[in-house]
Amino acid sequence: MSLLEVKDLKVRVEEREILHGLTLTVNPGEVHAIMGPNGSGKSTLSHVIAGKPGYEVTDGQILFRGEDLLEMDPDERAAKGVFLAFQYPVEIPGVATMNFLRTALNAQRKARGESEFSTPDFLKKVREVAKSLNIPQDMLKRGVNVGFSGGEKKRNEILQMALFEPAVCILDEMDSGLDIDALRIAADGVNALRSPDRAMVVITHYQRLLNYIVPDFVHVMSKGRVVKSGGKDLALELEASGYTQFEDAA
Amino acid sequence: MNVVLAKNETGRALSESFAVARDRLPGGGKVAEARNTAFEAYERVGLPHRRLEEWKYTDLRALMREVLPLAAAPDAAALKQAAAAVKLQAIKGARRLVLVDGVFAPKLSELEGLEKGVTVRTLRDVLETGDAALQTQLFTPDNANPMVALNSAMMTDGVVIEIANGVVLKQPLQVIHVASGATSAAMFTRSLLRLGKDTGVTLVESYIAAEGAKAYQAHDSMIVAIGDNSRLDHVRLVEDGRDAFNISSAVITLGAHAHFNTFGMTSGAAVSRYQATITFAGEGSRVETNGVNLLNGRQHADTTLFMDHAVPHCASREVFRAVADDRGHSVFQGRIIVRPDAQKTDAKMMTRALLLSDDAEADNKPELEIFADDVTCGHGATTGALDESLLFYLRARGLSEKEAQALLIQAFVGEAIESIVNDDLRELAIAAAQRWLEARA
Repeated sequence: MSLLEVKDLKVRVEEREILHGLTLTVNPGEVHAIMGPNGSGKSTLSHVIAGKPGYEVTDGQILFRGEDLLEMDPDERAAKGVFLAFQYPVEIPGVATMNFLRTALNAQRKARGESEFSTPDFLKKVREVAKSLNIPQDMLKRGVNVGFSGGEKKRNEILQMALFEPAVCILDEMDSGLDIDALRIAADGVNALRSPDRAMVVITHYQRLLNYIVPDFVHVMSKGRVVKSGGKDLALELEASGYTQFEDAA
Repeated sequence: MNVVLAKNETGRALSESFAVARDRLPGGGKVAEARNTAFEAYERVGLPHRRLEEWKYTDLRALMREVLPLAAAPDAAALKQAAAAVKLQAIKGARRLVLVDGVFAPKLSELEGLEKGVTVRTLRDVLETGDAALQTQLFTPDNANPMVALNSAMMTDGVVIEIANGVVLKQPLQVIHVASGATSAAMFTRSLLRLGKDTGVTLVESYIAAEGAKAYQAHDSMIVAIGDNSRLDHVRLVEDGRDAFNISSAVITLGAHAHFNTFGMTSGAAVSRYQATITFAGEGSRVETNGVNLLNGRQHADTTLFMDHAVPHCASREVFRAVADDRGHSVFQGRIIVRPDAQKTDAKMMTRALLLSDDAEADNKPELEIFADDVTCGHGATTGALDESLLFYLRARGLSEKEAQALLIQAFVGEAIESIVNDDLRELAIAAAQRWLEARA
């Protein structure tokens, strides 16, 4: 069974159709890159998979291990193993990062009928992961993302990914706002999480990120559809020729 | 006494209640005279109503449907009920002073081994046998406010605490008001805390009810005098029963170079009002007031503060956070007056309200009256709902809607709670907020 199947998905936002019948199949262990110009619907796809309110699915379906994802609340999806790394992680003043991480992890475990982590076990796990991502302990004491640099915010997303161990990770424009060093640290973090059981969907405007996170498949989106799919070489082709040809085709 | 009838039935019932209770109330001679004067002052207005500007948002004629009879002194069963409720409020090392149904309960209180320079007496004792100066001080709150006047007329018991010059208490004093709730009744209490010079005290006031308490009305007042170079840290938690009334007044006066840090949180009671007047009487003093309302159902909670900058070189900071769900109604009225002599005053007030439902209401009335020209004064207010993008982020991480809301509400009130200096007291306030959040989950 496929891990994630998006079938002929049509999505509207306030009377305007953004996705016009999008199909995507993701199997365990695969890394898919979704590329496309601004406004092609890449972020809409990631939001709909995660369950963000404000989108109306008019047709099609999204199955996660064969289950209807669209019937689930965002927190149920998270507990099942769907993770969205946000393009713009929000700042939450007054909620300490450590408290947030523990609350979220235990909420997911509870939803799956697993026992909650004890405090020492949890702290040990967070410290290990934080260290591998070069995240100082001090950052974990601050409010969630409050005063974090762009790179720190993205690393905090990857920290959560490592902690929650999701089955499918959607990385929405992970490279936006990152300089080359920050990008490399973030990409190393993501690559460390690649495994035969886990799939990744990497959404990006630029080919640059794919030098660091090398995909198995590349899909080109334009005007709410996948217009071309191929291997990793497709990304290089795009870098050379641009998106214009696909905009015409769609 | 020629009792002038107030204009509605509630007022009339109160008049009768006073007439019946008068002979049971402690204190004769001048005290009885002062009670009569106070009751007459009360009767000129009766229960305050919305046409009185100060009571615009808290119309007691509409909200207070009946006046309950004066509570009887608690019997053994009531004391047992109260003792169980008090346990939940225990703070490590605090000296506990408990009032059950408005009457001081020596058996639930800790009076042994008082520190040198600390005296604790009951209000009843002071009114019956105390010196005239102290009795006079107990009647200083202004009868122009009808609920203060009513309290002056009806007060039956309370604690009178005096701290001698130079005494710094390491452990907090904790005054707990418990309603046993055996019968529906009203209690009228008044307490006094007098800090000499160079003192340091932490005072906690809690209002609670025994399990299954019937509807009751708590009418309390507090007189605080903070001497020169003294510091008072104050925490006030209203966790009264959900059918209860709590009408409390406070008069706080600071000497020179004194510091008053106060935190108040209301998560209980059906209808409550806390009206406090804080007066700077000496230069170089500072006040921080932090308040939180956590309301749901049809709860109504009003905090009305009057900050009186009467002298130069004083600073005040007021922070208020209101959370209202369902049909909850939060009121904050903050009046700051800077009198002509009070140059170099630094006064700030910031209020924020969080509305969790379309029917919830938060009224916020800042009033700044500035008569000095070399001052820094400011106020700000915001009202809004929980941020949808934050809620989605938390839900995408596995938190249910209620869990996500709870985390954001905790953060919203956290800034005010963080102002509590004492760790044990901060924990007590966090636990009270947690109880409110769990009850709504």
